[in-house]
Amino acid sequence: MNRRPWVLGAVVVFVFLFLYAPIAWLAIASFNSSRSLSRISGFSLQWYSELADDTRVFASLQLTLQLALASALISTVIGTLAAFGLRRAFPGRGLWTVLLSLPLVVPEVVMGVAMLGFFVKLAGIPLGFGALLFAHVAFSLSFVVVVVRSRVSGMDARMEEAAADLGASPFVAFRTVTLPLVAPAVAAGAAFAFLLSFDDVVISSYLTGVGSTTLPVFVYAQASKRGISPEIVALSTLMVTATALLLIIGVVFASWRARRAGSVAKLAG
Amino acid sequence: MLRRWLKANALLVPTGVWLGFFLIAPLVVVVEFSIATRDTGVARAVLPWTIDAYRTALDPAFLPIFGRTLLYAAATTLACLLLGFPLAWFIARHGGRWRTALLAAVLIPFWSSYLARIYAWKALLDGEGLANTVLGWVGLDRDGGFLLTDGAVVLGLTYGFLPFMVLPLYVACERFDVRLMEASYDLGHGRVSTFFRVVLPGVMSGVLAGSLLVLVPAAGDFVTPKLLGGVEQSTFGSVIDDQFRGGNNWPLGSAMAVLLLVLVVAVLVLRGRRGEDVL
Repeated sequence: MNRRPWVLGAVVVFVFLFLYAPIAWLAIASFNSSRSLSRISGFSLQWYSELADDTRVFASLQLTLQLALASALISTVIGTLAAFGLRRAFPGRGLWTVLLSLPLVVPEVVMGVAMLGFFVKLAGIPLGFGALLFAHVAFSLSFVVVVVRSRVSGMDARMEEAAADLGASPFVAFRTVTLPLVAPAVAAGAAFAFLLSFDDVVISSYLTGVGSTTLPVFVYAQASKRGISPEIVALSTLMVTATALLLIIGVVFASWRARRAGSVAKLAG
Repeated sequence: MLRRWLKANALLVPTGVWLGFFLIAPLVVVVEFSIATRDTGVARAVLPWTIDAYRTALDPAFLPIFGRTLLYAAATTLACLLLGFPLAWFIARHGGRWRTALLAAVLIPFWSSYLARIYAWKALLDGEGLANTVLGWVGLDRDGGFLLTDGAVVLGLTYGFLPFMVLPLYVACERFDVRLMEASYDLGHGRVSTFFRVVLPGVMSGVLAGSLLVLVPAAGDFVTPKLLGGVEQSTFGSVIDDQFRGGNNWPLGSAMAVLLLVLVVAVLVLRGRRGEDVL
């Protein structure tokens, strides 16, 4: 439709350069032989080997992963339920929408100090893993609902009706028709929730207890004293590489499956 | 009555309970703290109730910081729109079977650590960093680099919040019926007038949802301004943070948090029901 798509293409290339410039720079700097992030003086694997030996980083990485997995699991389950609950119009749905949009728009610093005040002074919830989990689910939930809801509301209800007409029980219809249709959105919501929890600095920094420091909070505390350590740069590089690989495998697998399904359909037809 | 309510809301109850306990209750407590008296000894808020904290928070001394924060948030939202719209449009309209992969490619950088990304920008923008070196070749370098400037802060914020703009915009662009554009061209409208009269209104829900998701968090962020800016770039969020961490003035910090919340509510009310289908 665009008569000059190359203008658009150029802008898109620029935006992708903008998105990947700091990541590429991190990858380069992770092999730097000096501590500096801005000046590259030579090649070395020093930071990767130091990372491998750093038990403190791994302890907090482990805690962060456990927290992110637990938070993603809980928020995906109750968020998906909520997305289905909002499927049909009913009096009060608007109110739920407002409630669910709050975590998306309340600034993190406000949520953090509010939770700190409430947990410590009133509810008697000790700071640490529990407090972090409550908070992380609270701010990730809405993202899951938004993502899943967009899929649920776009779904054709007649598919489920057809399943029911063909004699499927509500449970069977849900498992064989509804669930496969919403599964991609649920997976996307879960990934979103995981990422939000895994990378959170601000809220977590108020709620970490002794011995329960998440990786981002650990890095933040360390960085404010002596700049970010090259080990963390190496770790970030590894994380981005792993994610990119997983995604590429996913895309290749999906297109392979689509092609196979296509040729099977051709054979059957 | 109750049974009927439960029947309609049953699936929403877990979410409601969770948000009620861990989000709404804390926000209510913040309001209560904001009207309490400061107790320096144990850093907790105590009776009697007073509005002293609001008097301090609305002191003209804080006004420049508040104004600067809003300016950063507005500039960030605009920059995210200008970068995010072409990207979302391209992926939705020209992405073909690569759509999902392209959307994923937008999100991949965000699987690194947030702090590592900001430090990468810090390294790229500082005096001996790549940006200054490259710009030096054409004589556009700046003594001491680009850190500690408003531009660096807005750039960092834009980078951090861009995905929140791209995703809702993508949804809106995908839903937009391109035949409307053809019709507009057929009726003799040029590209500019077609964009403003047909395309923009068509994707407005995405624009509003994305702007909301960028504007408010950007107004509350203090880590990016702290790391890429200096004292001159400190924002309202960092003033709030100081009251809780170092300053030990919980009522003042709470009052400021409430002011920021009022801003959120104002933005939500202004938006009304527009764009609700996307967000």
